[in-house]
Amino acid sequence: MLEPILSIRGLTKTYRGGTRALASVDLDIRAGEIFALLGPNGAGKTTLIGAVCGLVRPSSGTITAFGHDLGRDWRRARARIGLVPQELATDMFETVWRAVSYSRGLFGKPGDPALIESILRSLSLWDKKDTQIRALSGGMKRRVLIAKALAHEPELLFLDEPTAGVDVELRKGMWEQIAALKERGVTIILTTHYIEEAEEMADRVGIIQGGRILMVDEKRAMMERLGTTEAVIDLAAPLAAVPEALGRFAVELAEGGMRLIYRGGNGEGKGRAEVAELAQALTRAGIGFTSLDIHDSSLEDIFVGLLGHQGEAA
Amino acid sequence: MHFSLRSAYAIYRREMARAFRTAFQSILSPVLTTSLYFVVFGSVIGSRMEPVGGVPYGAFIIPGLLMLTLLGETTSNASFGIYMPRFTGTIYELLSAPVGVAETLAGFVGAAATKGLILAAIILATARFFVEYEIAHPLLAAFYIMLVAASFALFGFILGVWADSFEKLGIIPMLILTPLTFLGGTFYSIRELPAPWDAVALANPIAFLVSGLRYSFYGVSDVPIALSLGLTGGFLTVCVVVIAVIFRTGWRLRE
Ligand SMILES: Nc1ncnc2c1ncn2[C@@H]1O[C@H](COP(=O)(O)OP(=O)(O)OP(=O)(O)O)[C@@H](O)[C@H]1O
Ligand SMILES: [Mg+2]
Repeated sequence: MLEPILSIRGLTKTYRGGTRALASVDLDIRAGEIFALLGPNGAGKTTLIGAVCGLVRPSSGTITAFGHDLGRDWRRARARIGLVPQELATDMFETVWRAVSYSRGLFGKPGDPALIESILRSLSLWDKKDTQIRALSGGMKRRVLIAKALAHEPELLFLDEPTAGVDVELRKGMWEQIAALKERGVTIILTTHYIEEAEEMADRVGIIQGGRILMVDEKRAMMERLGTTEAVIDLAAPLAAVPEALGRFAVELAEGGMRLIYRGGNGEGKGRAEVAELAQALTRAGIGFTSLDIHDSSLEDIFVGLLGHQGEAA
Repeated sequence: MHFSLRSAYAIYRREMARAFRTAFQSILSPVLTTSLYFVVFGSVIGSRMEPVGGVPYGAFIIPGLLMLTLLGETTSNASFGIYMPRFTGTIYELLSAPVGVAETLAGFVGAAATKGLILAAIILATARFFVEYEIAHPLLAAFYIMLVAASFALFGFILGVWADSFEKLGIIPMLILTPLTFLGGTFYSIRELPAPWDAVALANPIAFLVSGLRYSFYGVSDVPIALSLGLTGGFLTVCVVVIAVIFRTGWRLRE
């Protein structure tokens, strides 16, 4: 396997005041992937990003980016990393154009108006280029932050809740943007509260809670392993017990025998196939049913389930 | 050691742009204060004053007034320059950039020195309306003004990193700089003070600054010019070291 573009080992951060925001985090990010970091409020996502980008001093642990140790060789590493922060922090009195050009210069790159123009156009900010940032809406300000982060052509991009406060249509546009960046070879790490976002875009998903990474996996593998299909079948007449003919299916009775519930599959179509077989088996056995409702679990169900288990365990 | 000229220049340009955005206020306020001082001290009182060390009183106070405004403006301007990004959160960009203390200071201090020269030019032009004067060593004066502006920009930078409220930001210039400048021989020659006050006055470092600038203007001074230059240079060095330590430890900058 290729050497990871970013490698985090034993990263711990205890803030002054004693909050332990990260507890010995290990994480490897592969070149060219989109990695989604999912976790509830206060899980440590922003702290993790801050530690890589130089905003947070780690209490212990090592971070290696592009083969450079960030503690020692931060200059060369940081020049290739871009950050879109969670908070909308912008220089209110600058124009969009100047703010984005400044970012490029700050990162030591020579001026490139054509590049800045293409970035602004791709984020639908071109007609706002001479507007002061304070006169922009929240969603536009967030896009300015993205433009600033892209201005120095980073190879590794952190997006801390990039679509917070961005309307649905633009969010879709932003997904396309992010996909286009990936096409160009940019590695992307994003945090989000919209699980559909991770589901839509991410190659791999990491779940973090209480400063610990609970699970990192390919999104598909995670869905396969933890994803389920649920089918709710309303019966024409109540059953006292699950009939012999349905023995091989993972079904149970509910609602006083009026309802048959199937849970199984792998989130990848196996469940749906089984439900089809189940329906045929019911017909063959002469068991009538009035409705059949199928629902595939989403990453969200997995996420909520996983955090719920952790909560119980704690 | 690595130094990125582009990064430093980006910071410089941004600092200059910030000044030009508020150009009206940055020009009007020194013009107004200087005019007021000249009306009161230069014309009204100055006409009844003896020349000091052969320099007419109205001209004598110019370097002190210039120093008064220069110190105040430079310090507060630089402190705001770093405090505001901390306050609004935009400092994230500087912290995440491949930029070290050298580029940051070159950008900030270079801009401060430029602004100091512009400010001095404005004040001197204003003074022309009130009194006749000639500058004996213009190059030395320009150099000294830039040196002082750079030093107090560094000082303001430290102030802006240290402050965690707007009150603290304003308190040092108001409680320390202004009184010390007033007592530092802006309106009189320290040599003319009766003992022991002449010695006490020299405990005030700003007296050396005023004296140094006055030497560059009129060739007369309370203390040797070398001492003024040395002291200013020393102060600049101390500030640079403090800022280097701040960057190294991340004090008040990184969590
Ligand atoms: N500057 C700070 N000082 C002290 N504690 C902090 C600081 N920043 C964050 N924390 C604490 O560290 C923990 C992790 O915070 P962090 O911002 O990393 O969470 P997050 O996963 O980004 O949450 P969210 O989804 O709400 O953005 C929280 O308990 C938070 O209160
Ligand atoms: Mg966060």
